[in-house]
Amino acid sequence: MEDLEMDDEETLCAETWLKPSSGNSIPQPNQPSFTNFTLPKDQPACEDPSLLDFGVRIGTSFSKYSLAPDHHGQSLQSNNSNRNQGNVNQQINEALQVGKAQDWDPPAMLNNLSFLEQKIHQLQGMVHIIGVRRGQILQQSDEIAMQQQQMITADLTSIIVQLISTAGSLLPLVKHNFAGPTDGATGQHNRQMSEILCNPGLGLNATNTGESHGRGGPNIPNQSNQAGPTGDTAHSHPLDERELKEEDDADEGENLPPGSYEILQLEKEEILAPHTHFCTICGKGFKRDANLRMHMRGHGDEYKTPEALAKPNKGNGSEAMLLKRYSCPFVGCKRNKDHKKFQPLKTILCVKNHYKRTHCDKSYICSRCNTKKFSVIADLKTHEKHCGKDKWLCSCGTTFSRKDKLFGHIALFQGHTPAIPLDESKGAEGLFEQGQATSGEKTKVAQSINFSFHTGSHNGSGVKNIMDVKGSIDDPCSYFSPINMNSFNEFSGAAFDDPDGGFSFFIPDSCNYDQKNDLDVVLQASEQ
Amino acid sequence: MKKQKTVHHGQQQQLEVQLDNPFELLAEEIVFLILDFLEGNPLDKKSFSLVCKSFHSIERSHRSALRPLRLERLPKILSRYPNAERLDLTLCPRVTDASLSAISSSCGPVLRSIDLSRSRFFSGSGLSRMVAECRNLVEIDLSNATDLRDAGVAVLAAAKNLERLWLRRCKLITDMGVGCIAVGCRKLKLLSLKWCLGVGDLGVELVAVKCNDIRTLDLSYLPISSKCLPSILKLQYLEDLILEGCFGLDNDSLAALEHGCKSLKTLDISSCQNISHVGLSSFLSGTECLKQLTLAHGSPVTAPLATSLKKLFMLQSLKLDGCSVTCSGLKAIGNSCGSLRELSLSKCPGVTDEGFSFLVARQKQLKKLDITCCRRITDFSIDHLTSSCKGLTSLRMESCSLVSKEAFILIGQRCTSLEELDLTDNEVDDEGLKSIGRCSRLTVLKLGICLNFTDKGLSCIGGSCSKLVELDLYRSAGISDSGILAIACSCTNLEMINTSYCNGITDTALIALSKCPRLTTVECRGVPHITSLGLAAIAIGCKQLARLDVKKCSMIDDAGMIPLAHFSQNLQQINLSYTSVTDVGLLSLTSISCLHNITILHHNGLTPSGLAAALLSCGGLAKVKLHVTFKTSLPQALLVHLEARGCVFHWRDKAFQAELDPKSWKLKLEDILP
Repeated sequence: MEDLEMDDEETLCAETWLKPSSGNSIPQPNQPSFTNFTLPKDQPACEDPSLLDFGVRIGTSFSKYSLAPDHHGQSLQSNNSNRNQGNVNQQINEALQVGKAQDWDPPAMLNNLSFLEQKIHQLQGMVHIIGVRRGQILQQSDEIAMQQQQMITADLTSIIVQLISTAGSLLPLVKHNFAGPTDGATGQHNRQMSEILCNPGLGLNATNTGESHGRGGPNIPNQSNQAGPTGDTAHSHPLDERELKEEDDADEGENLPPGSYEILQLEKEEILAPHTHFCTICGKGFKRDANLRMHMRGHGDEYKTPEALAKPNKGNGSEAMLLKRYSCPFVGCKRNKDHKKFQPLKTILCVKNHYKRTHCDKSYICSRCNTKKFSVIADLKTHEKHCGKDKWLCSCGTTFSRKDKLFGHIALFQGHTPAIPLDESKGAEGLFEQGQATSGEKTKVAQSINFSFHTGSHNGSGVKNIMDVKGSIDDPCSYFSPINMNSFNEFSGAAFDDPDGGFSFFIPDSCNYDQKNDLDVVLQASEQ
Repeated sequence: MKKQKTVHHGQQQQLEVQLDNPFELLAEEIVFLILDFLEGNPLDKKSFSLVCKSFHSIERSHRSALRPLRLERLPKILSRYPNAERLDLTLCPRVTDASLSAISSSCGPVLRSIDLSRSRFFSGSGLSRMVAECRNLVEIDLSNATDLRDAGVAVLAAAKNLERLWLRRCKLITDMGVGCIAVGCRKLKLLSLKWCLGVGDLGVELVAVKCNDIRTLDLSYLPISSKCLPSILKLQYLEDLILEGCFGLDNDSLAALEHGCKSLKTLDISSCQNISHVGLSSFLSGTECLKQLTLAHGSPVTAPLATSLKKLFMLQSLKLDGCSVTCSGLKAIGNSCGSLRELSLSKCPGVTDEGFSFLVARQKQLKKLDITCCRRITDFSIDHLTSSCKGLTSLRMESCSLVSKEAFILIGQRCTSLEELDLTDNEVDDEGLKSIGRCSRLTVLKLGICLNFTDKGLSCIGGSCSKLVELDLYRSAGISDSGILAIACSCTNLEMINTSYCNGITDTALIALSKCPRLTTVECRGVPHITSLGLAAIAIGCKQLARLDVKKCSMIDDAGMIPLAHFSQNLQQINLSYTSVTDVGLLSLTSISCLHNITILHHNGLTPSGLAAALLSCGGLAKVKLHVTFKTSLPQALLVHLEARGCVFHWRDKAFQAELDPKSWKLKLEDILP
């Protein structure tokens, strides 16, 4: 793009910029301030090309936008910072809102006119600032001066853009029918203008459309594009991503000012209807328009033409740019248009998902865990993919599918601790209970055979005397046999089972077993 | 006031004392101090408490550490010693949950330290009961609890005051268990997770995040990467970090470390083969206070590696065991390290005269030096070493085969402060020993496989090194009774002696050694002439005998066992393989209550039933090594019972090998070596 080249060959470009401006008969209010840099005020010759560059450029833009809309030959040069870029877009939105919201009524017109007045005042102030800055420039290095001028240029540009858009919106043609054919050079121009202005957030696409109209229209989107790739992505990419995700809260943080979009509200029945696209001939319903179109082919050859099969609106960029936002029919919901802090929903799918998730019963129950309930079947499917895999648990009850996430959580929160699944702790508990049981049993055995040979450990479990060696009584090993242990596991496990179903866990600190009585028995037995 | 006093002096004697008890004049604290000096023989304290009731109660209230031999007597012991803070259960292989509960209920908050590292059969619930009742537990050793799972160790989280915890070889625990401990035991100062193969970065990282007081962290052989290192190095009190065998650490990941740990004093990164000087230097940046660095079995010690030590101004100890070493690397160590006190080059291939002599010439402050198996150094190095490092206290130079006998004269002449000298497998002769005799502070002397010296040299040692505690004469062919006699007469502090395969030794030497009352370890394998008579003398004279090895002493029979059983009540470990001891001797040994380790590999004279009776009546057995034929001939149920009691059996099937004489044995050894 020529603008990019300009940065590289600034001197050269300054000269190329000079020519149209010098040929321009329109007064350039700030030019003298720059030429004044080294020379007397009345001397028109410019020796500092870099300084001149800005002055000239601003001059050009003035000539183009504010006064001579027919001059479309050059794109607006700007090196604005991203901050300014955001500002510009914001202001464009405001302008847009003004342009769109009214419906050929005098109050709105008046409103717009006063807006114009206000903006023109602003513009005047800006020019005044440039005049003041001139004095400071003398003391500052060229670089800083340049930056300041760039900023001023950007501010100017944005104000000018708003002026144009507001002025354009005053024409009754524009607001009613964007897509409709227009006649007359002015009308066409205005249409292009509003196309561009209505689409502030679409970044690259906007640029393309802008260029497609490039021969006649001012390349404002081009300018915004040039402001830097970050400025671009900040506005366009997140939107794209969110649209892909189709989340009902996708437009959160979109911060569209109220009135800058069209609000649609579907009725509850419409939202919950399984199909949204109906065949006009047989009445069959479809979830997707594409499926309907495929279906339509069966109704006659006229539906088989490429035009009929093509996706509607495709290639007709102007219609896609019309902002539509949706409101939830549930009164009191934040997504309802009557809510104080109304946040619109972006697509019909968002509306559907939002309504089902928020205002409907959760009728889909996960067949694996029988705990989790969902109202959107896609959510259930997503959950089922991971259900049971959330094996990493915190004592607070939060489950994690990844161990590192659990440990990150524990590291973050005081007092939280990893919860060890019950099936593991069961083993340990089982062993203990078994030990108690056998110790009691063993003591009895020892007493009944009245054997006095004193051996081993005092709880008696597993301790065999010489008689046992002969195999008269089961050997201690049997107490430790896996079969025995399993039965105990099941037994002790039942006590810990969570009646609610789902997972139950052994959490340290939480278990208090009353073992004392059993123990006393054991100790007494051992002393005998 | 009349009191009966019982004085224990081998035989009991009763004295009538008319005057008032003079001990009543002494404050209890002073008696406590006196009591503290009765450290050596555990029986001394027993005698003390038997003197009178007041002594009994003094001993009762003063004893704070217990090491019970049998768990079944523990309830009584615990009721007798109410102030037992430390409980060492290493001699009780079977500790069940019930035992732990009994301990917890009787000790309660008094218990501060418990060692379960040799015990099995307990589970998490016993531990849970223990930590709940013994709130003041500060120290728990759970090493070798190989069946303990996460749930078992997680209960330790309730021990809020825990400061030191060992979990070595708890192979089944994972990050989850360690995570629970980290969250619960916030006061931890020492944590050893050595060989906890299930614990990775996440668990270790959580420990580092939650337990900010950690001083010592042992992460040896853990499958960790350097992901957890930043949090570890942020521990502001960390002094001792052991990362031995952490193969996941490599140069690239260490290079990403931003800051070192300023408090670190000891660092062990042995066997981390993936760390070269690049990773090391990034690891060591910021650890200026490091005093001890162990790089054993790591990457080659080259000049760049040694130069990276330059930043460590405080470095005192450097261990490079088993690393291949270059000459320039040694020289760089000599130049970079400020003043090393301790250096270990044990088994380092590549230690040459040039590099080594340069190094020792720069490091004059060396106190401890290990050059075991540095087979390329010669007299030249020893000359430099002895002339430069005169303050050497410990020199280990086993198998420095190129060092000639003259060099040892230099050692004796110049390094007179030596306290420990290992000359195993060297050419040292009588002249050398005579010179070494000037090192009067010598406590440990190892002369194994030194064939060139005789009784004459040994007598010189005996004459002047009266502080000798440990003497190793393994396969030193030249000595006979007179050498041992000289040692035994003057070195009365002797605690360990090894005279294995010294053919010239007879009962006379053993009778002489019985005059050394502190002797705890006697190894005299394969000495054909000693008999039960000599053994009886040892048994009677050396009351503290704990380890006895008389393998292949065929003249020793049951007659030697009876005095042993009677007098050596401290005997813990005995090897009777290939002696003439039979069932009878073995059965008599069962009266020794401490005995926990028996090795008997022969089967002549032993019957299965006799053996069974002996094994059954030895209540404290933890490890028994037997000939494999007994595995089938002993009743299975008996073996099962003994194993349930905590005894481990090792079965050997090795044919008896006749002994070679020391010279041909050494020749054979040299044939094996490259």
